[in-house]
Amino acid sequence: MNDQRKIFIRLAIVLIGLIFIIKLFAIQVLSDNYERAAEGNILQRIIEYPYRGLIYDRHGELLVVNNPIYDLMIVPMEVKLKDTLEFCRLFRIDRETFIQKYEEARNYSVIKPSIFIKQISNEDFARIQDKMIDFTGFYISARSVREYPHTSLANALGYVGEINKSQLDKDTTDFYRMGDYIGISGIEATYETALRGKRGVKWKMVNVRGVEKGSFKNGQNDTLSVPGLDLISTIDLDIQQYAEKLLDGKVGSLVALEPSTGEVLSIVSAPFYDPNMLSGREFSNNFKILSSDTLVPLFNRPIMAMYPPGSMFKTVQSLIALQEGVLNPDELIYSDGRLIGDLAPNGYYDLREGIQYSSNNYFYRVFRRVINQGADPNPFIDARIGLNKWREFVTKFGLGEAPDIDLPNPKSGYMPSVAYYDRIYGEKRWKFSNIYSLSIGQGETLVTPLQMANLASIIANRGFYYAPHIIKSIGETGSPDSIYMVRNYVGIDSIHFIPVIEGMERVIRNGSGRRAYLPDIPVVGKTSTVENPHGYDHSGFMAFAPKDDPKIAIAVYVENSGWGARAAASIASLVMEKYLTGDVKRKWLEDYALKGEFIY
Amino acid sequence: MRRDASITNNLDWLTLFIYGILVITGWLNIYASVYEEGASMSIFDLSLNSGKQLIWIASSLMIFAIVMSIDFKFYESISYLIYGIVIFLLIFVLVFGTKVSGARSWFEIGSFFKVQPSEFAKFATTLAIAKFISQPSFRFNRIPDLVAVFGLMIAPMLLILLQPDPGTALIFMAFIIVFYREGLTPYVLIIGILFVLLFILTLFIDQLYILLGIGLFTAVAIGFAEKTLKRIAAILFIATITVGITLSVDYFQTNILQPHHQKRLKVLINPNSDPLGDGWNVTQSKIAIGSGRIWGKGFLEGTQTKFDFVPEQSTDFIFCTLGEEQGWAGTSFVILLFVILILRILYIAERQKSKFARVYGYGVASVLFIHFTINIGMTIGLFPVIGIPLPFLSYGGSSLWGFSILLFILLKLDAHRMQILIR
Repeated sequence: MNDQRKIFIRLAIVLIGLIFIIKLFAIQVLSDNYERAAEGNILQRIIEYPYRGLIYDRHGELLVVNNPIYDLMIVPMEVKLKDTLEFCRLFRIDRETFIQKYEEARNYSVIKPSIFIKQISNEDFARIQDKMIDFTGFYISARSVREYPHTSLANALGYVGEINKSQLDKDTTDFYRMGDYIGISGIEATYETALRGKRGVKWKMVNVRGVEKGSFKNGQNDTLSVPGLDLISTIDLDIQQYAEKLLDGKVGSLVALEPSTGEVLSIVSAPFYDPNMLSGREFSNNFKILSSDTLVPLFNRPIMAMYPPGSMFKTVQSLIALQEGVLNPDELIYSDGRLIGDLAPNGYYDLREGIQYSSNNYFYRVFRRVINQGADPNPFIDARIGLNKWREFVTKFGLGEAPDIDLPNPKSGYMPSVAYYDRIYGEKRWKFSNIYSLSIGQGETLVTPLQMANLASIIANRGFYYAPHIIKSIGETGSPDSIYMVRNYVGIDSIHFIPVIEGMERVIRNGSGRRAYLPDIPVVGKTSTVENPHGYDHSGFMAFAPKDDPKIAIAVYVENSGWGARAAASIASLVMEKYLTGDVKRKWLEDYALKGEFIY
Repeated sequence: MRRDASITNNLDWLTLFIYGILVITGWLNIYASVYEEGASMSIFDLSLNSGKQLIWIASSLMIFAIVMSIDFKFYESISYLIYGIVIFLLIFVLVFGTKVSGARSWFEIGSFFKVQPSEFAKFATTLAIAKFISQPSFRFNRIPDLVAVFGLMIAPMLLILLQPDPGTALIFMAFIIVFYREGLTPYVLIIGILFVLLFILTLFIDQLYILLGIGLFTAVAIGFAEKTLKRIAAILFIATITVGITLSVDYFQTNILQPHHQKRLKVLINPNSDPLGDGWNVTQSKIAIGSGRIWGKGFLEGTQTKFDFVPEQSTDFIFCTLGEEQGWAGTSFVILLFVILILRILYIAERQKSKFARVYGYGVASVLFIHFTINIGMTIGLFPVIGIPLPFLSYGGSSLWGFSILLFILLKLDAHRMQILIR
């Protein structure tokens, strides 16, 4: 019996030893959870935020800079406050907020730092800096926020904000962390990857009380932060600010392009706001104010607002008819007010006069020739063939398609297709008489101001354009994205532009665009008075100048301001004068535009 | 001359060798757990635990010399005296002892020297029990003998419980293994295990359900068993004992066990229940050991112990430092050493001609085995956190001296085993 017991005792000892070795094998060899937990224990990741890239205007003027701000961090375990009231007074929070924030931080982690108060300004920091020593457990961590020294260009620049959940989920590169800042709209969003730079990470070892114990593995895993790339914008700040001044108090858009490059000289969305409102501590308050404004200042009108092109579209119709060979520019066409409402008097018009007087009935006939070319005896089928051809042309003008501009969410406008009318009327159940309002840029057509500026640019270039863009150089490259170096031809021979441009010149010299006349510089343009079923008509105008060596192409829409000849033409003309001559001599026109009483 | 030769010839060098390795491993790990990077420090620095431990190691060598030079028959003859002195000290410490972390277990002599009499109670009790059992007239089935031998075991336990230091008190249960070897009915062992199981169960399940469970179990057992009166009576007897245990466990828990002990037991089952509170020690201890992987982070390269994530690193949780810096290779090596050492001691015990020496040997093995099981078990989350040292490795003069004396006396007895006449 004793022998059996001896064996039992020995077995028990060996068994315990075996259990230990196996359990240790599981903990030490099989599982790497403990290794990770150990690193989690001692490693503190300190993020070094890179400087976000700066943005300059075309002449080197700074549009966006970084401003240092400070976050107040808390390590709940270390907190020893002698005087909570003093603390609350200094940081301008009440006791309830303090307790609430403290609990939040505690719930997150007792030993890890978390943000207690966000974005303390430079001035506030100076005030509290010396007192920080009394607040054990609180630390200051420096970061930077965007500042817009000129307060211009709000919608195009966009803003930077804390990353949200859905953006985090979309981030497949795993670059962002909760609480990171990301470009949300405008250039800040489209050039986010260039601007953001690369975060640096420093690994610090800490002991159980969170006291730093030096760098981890001599810093071999640490990375330095790499500042974001600086951007040079195509914007001319002078022109931008002047244009904003003119559009102040109005609702509308202005886009000015350099035809020879597609560079955006100025892009205004009115009403606008101070971009500094959406930077720093007051972000959420201001965002609430801006997004509840009924005039939607956050809506980037030049690329997102869609209007019918109106009479400006007659230039496109002319060019298509000429290219199709269905129109002789010198041919006199009798146009009376029988077919469509018109302000132009009855009579014989050639193309130049048709444009000059903006004769609706002339263009009704021109468009009918484009649509009904007699390709099929059946007018229903003939219209289909005609409209298909027409649509191919307008698409090449960048109409009905989203432009390649480097700003987020540009709208495509709308150019109806055969499929569209089939859907509305049924297949082969529509013909020219159903779609004639397209001839004068009304009906189903929709364009954005940017597309009209690009149209002016196409006409200025006599048949091609560079995709409009707002950044001309990313970092040290000195050049924009390659898609902006491609010349896009619209499929109209340059010879056909001559009569159209002559007609548009007459608009300025002796037509509806006389307000845009400049004594020494030949200006070429076209007004639009866009029918608006909801109220006063929208005022539209596009132009370029000088006629033979175009430096600027421009389009302006001013909502509910009546005739294109008034609001839009005045503003566009003043901006062109400022850009081409560096000065505005026509003070009377400036006063007129600033006063903003266009309906009388 | 002859006598000296017999000592060196008959000394069990293997045991001594393992002892040496364990002590040196302990010393190095104590240094590793107090080591701070950057600070210029020496393993010999007397203000550090490692320097002090070196003193304890050196003095243990002196103890070795003293133990070896005393006549081997002397230990048997003064067993009760030593036991009596220790019992006296255990009473004395309750009155004059210094309170350290809530327990009055230390004598403080000057500011440097501290003695924990409960550490010496281990070998003293082993001696007394060996002496008592080795009486020729002793029988385990004689109630007075049984009461007396359990009394020898329980007396120091109770005094240590009064300090209170339930961890150390628990250690004395080790002697049940000795009793079992020497003929105690295994029912005591079974009841002991049952007690522990029910004890843990009552922490998580309402007492009522356990009683219902026992009732059901009894009913089923009677239903299936032979329907003899004797069998049924036995089953009912066991059921009664179980119910008794359950009730007493409940009483023990609510009236004797302090809340933090209860929590420790709960944390053992689920450390995540309170990771920053009572689960902290277990969690951090496992993290430190687990992060060592196969080969460890290297001597002095441990981060968890160095940065104080593991509590009591040089004493009760010394195994963590070993696990972190030497990895699975190191922990398995030390476990293997312990298993070999304990088995060797049992082998030594069994080759004794004197019953006293044999029982003493079993006592040594059992005491070491219980420490080994509980200490390592607690660091890897298999046992509740009970503050007892890992023999030979943990920092501490009293514990190293206590274990050294415990072992050395056995070596001395063993060296003279041939001089014993069989009675």
